[in-house]
Amino acid sequence: MNMFVPAKVNDLLTAIADAFLFALRTVKETFSRDFEVREFLRQCFQVGYKSLPLVSITGIILGLVLTIQSRPTLVKFGAVAMLPGMVAVSLIREMGPAIIALICAGKIGSSMGAELGSMKVTEQIDAMEVSSTNPMRFLVVTRVLAATLMIPLLILYADALAILGSWAGANIKGDVTFVLFFSQALAHIGFGDLLPAVIKSFFFGGVIGLVGCYKGYTAGRGTESVGIAANSAVVLASLLVIIVDVIAVQITDMLIL
Amino acid sequence: MNTAQTETVVEINGLKKSFGTQEVLKNVSLRLLKSENLVILGRSGSGKSVLIKCIVRLLNCDSGTIKVLGEDMNTLGNDDLGELRKKIGFLFQSGALYDSMTVKENLEFPLRRIKKGITQSEIDEKVKKVLEDVGLPDALDKMPSQLSGGMRKRISVARTIIVEPVLMLYDEPTTGLDPETSDEISALINDIQAKHNTSSIIITHDIECARATADRVIMLHDGGVYLEGKLEIFEKSADPLVTSFFRTLCEQPNI
Repeated sequence: MNMFVPAKVNDLLTAIADAFLFALRTVKETFSRDFEVREFLRQCFQVGYKSLPLVSITGIILGLVLTIQSRPTLVKFGAVAMLPGMVAVSLIREMGPAIIALICAGKIGSSMGAELGSMKVTEQIDAMEVSSTNPMRFLVVTRVLAATLMIPLLILYADALAILGSWAGANIKGDVTFVLFFSQALAHIGFGDLLPAVIKSFFFGGVIGLVGCYKGYTAGRGTESVGIAANSAVVLASLLVIIVDVIAVQITDMLIL
Repeated sequence: MNTAQTETVVEINGLKKSFGTQEVLKNVSLRLLKSENLVILGRSGSGKSVLIKCIVRLLNCDSGTIKVLGEDMNTLGNDDLGELRKKIGFLFQSGALYDSMTVKENLEFPLRRIKKGITQSEIDEKVKKVLEDVGLPDALDKMPSQLSGGMRKRISVARTIIVEPVLMLYDEPTTGLDPETSDEISALINDIQAKHNTSSIIITHDIECARATADRVIMLHDGGVYLEGKLEIFEKSADPLVTSFFRTLCEQPNI
């Protein structure tokens, strides 16, 4: 070891390099032959369909809470008519993608970390390797792609439900029809709101899939490692989602304004 | 047990493998001949599992040469390694069945990947036959979690032999099983050899399994081959290390 580099810094740099190489290998395997279509579709089902209940509830509550919290301030300024537009823009641009991505980092990241971690501990990944199957292609590529494609769809779905929840929230103390609320909300959403949010959602999905798989795939050999893999997958995926969000917001700000 | 022929299937020379500062294999050299059952004995931590993992390159050795079916494992590219592994069966100590798949899907998994172009009816036929061979014809739709330890081991054997490997590597095939099931697994190992003419390396702590299957035995100690020969040589040996090891093996339950 280099005597001028402290051990912890050395370990951190090694871990970053390992993760980077893992991501590069995943990208390389994605474009290789023999794509595992069946496993990819199974993972889309696992990531997408099985997250629907959690994402649905989160989306509705998000819209409802945001509306209930915003309404008194808007009433104070006599701008309650701006409520649908304001809530819709904040949901589409930031709240929806960020909150749903963090929820998915918890659900999907931990599930991938724990599943691959336990496969590592019980030698299932080794068994795959000796039966001439590339475990990176079968396990990692399919999961990362499924997360990259399904999480943006979940976010769009949650955005729609959040606006529905917002309409319900607006009707607790007010009286606005569903059609009027939606038309006002959609009137304030432009291409510049939706496109950056969708693009960053793909990155959120990719990061969650990659971190979940990386932590599981590189888990240690003991059963304790499975818990560590699942836990660290959630922590790192959540942190990276926030970092990607900050970068995406800065880029959007520079390009649009 | 078949009489060993002279063709070499595995040849290892001067194999060394360390983990950090711990030298697990210091200098291992051995040969496995065609149609031979070679049993490797040794205390826990003597590097038996590391040795067979090096043979299929699940672990890379530090130095030495490993030739499997004439191919040098150290220099083989990934594609060629994949091709060679199609001829090797590996039975893991834990069974390593895929938890998320049924028994049928577990058996189909290597078959679809190794035998490209195989039809569904051929797959169904092979799955049915191999399940009959291991004595579990009704386990088709069960999940691994619904199987007992012995059944899991049998299904693992079935998953390994379904692709008809030339070389079989067994990592403690009878560990954790009751004596009757252990005998059945040992008989299964001999059946596989007789039917498919495979060569096998069997890592075991189970003296009964060694008695039932071994054509030749190697004892690993202190990172190297300590003694090699027929099982009788070990049982009659006056060497204190060998007698102590065999006494322990005969006394301990199969764990």
